Amino acid sequence: MSLLNTLPDYVLTTKTDELLNWMRKSSLWYMLFGLACCAIELMHTGGPRADIERFGATPRASARQSDLMIIAGTLTLKMALRTRLLYDQMPDPKYIISMGSCSNCGGLFQLAYSVCDGVDKILPVDVYVPGCPPRPEALTEGLLKLQEKIMSERWLARERRLSERAQA
Amino acid sequence: MEPVQIYERLKQRFPEQILEVGGKPDVFAVVDPGAIVEICEFLRNEPELWFDCLSNETGVDYKDRIEVVYHLFSYRHRHGCVLKVKLPRENPQVATVETIWRSANWMEREIFDLLGVTFLGHSDLRRILMPEDWPGHPLRKDFVEPQEYHGISTVRESPIIRLDQKH
Repeated sequence: MSLLNTLPDYVLTTKTDELLNWMRKSSLWYMLFGLACCAIELMHTGGPRADIERFGATPRASARQSDLMIIAGTLTLKMALRTRLLYDQMPDPKYIISMGSCSNCGGLFQLAYSVCDGVDKILPVDVYVPGCPPRPEALTEGLLKLQEKIMSERWLARERRLSERAQA
Repeated sequence: MEPVQIYERLKQRFPEQILEVGGKPDVFAVVDPGAIVEICEFLRNEPELWFDCLSNETGVDYKDRIEVVYHLFSYRHRHGCVLKVKLPRENPQVATVETIWRSANWMEREIFDLLGVTFLGHSDLRRILMPEDWPGHPLRKDFVEPQEYHGISTVRESPIIRLDQKH
């Protein structure tokens, strides 16, 4: 503490990991990507009332510029292959929010022949948001939960993170 | 014109090809699949009938046969009628009406996709909803759902719906 006390007032100190995490969580660019009715709520969430741009989340029209993929809607098997392709195009570190019953588990269409019962069958999901469809507040809460998760990451211990990912 | 009058008119013109007129409360005509193009052309071009719109074309699997249903409408006369053709379940084939109403193109592709009816003379008979490499035609009553698709399992353990009830 003696060192900190000698620094001038305009100097802030933090840990490198925390600085990285803080920057990442504060600029979560999500992909402009909607699959069904949840996409309407997703648009509301980006709109002025819920306004997740307060938290640094802004829609990007390209997978190559996005950090976050919000699966908003029913994932059909036909779309599942394309979604996996889009996920592969996103640069690391990348996160997924599964929004709504359909992408959580297949939802109402669980028994349909053409529906993939849950996006976690093809992609690693970070946060599940329940609801049919979830309200903008719920998705905002999901985003905040993801930010909490990001803050707990330890990037400098990269090896450990990779092994954790392999287990997940 | 009332639908019953339209079917009377059709019977006069095609006595052999109109197999059956029935159905309550909405009357329909079952016609010979071999004559569907002729009948539709007549319905389209006759000034008193003038069916300029194919509002819907769909298919039904009745386990012993497959039916293709045509819902026609006339914007000029504000009347409609329903035609049906009965096809065998094994290798169902019928001539396309795409040459008469262009809107039949996608509707026939959908029937082909979901029920496997082949439309002879269709300009572009591909699947429209399901992926190109999908096995079978899902609205057939004997369709068996695949257990996986490109490595994605289609079966999910559920606390509410037991797996043995799924299939």
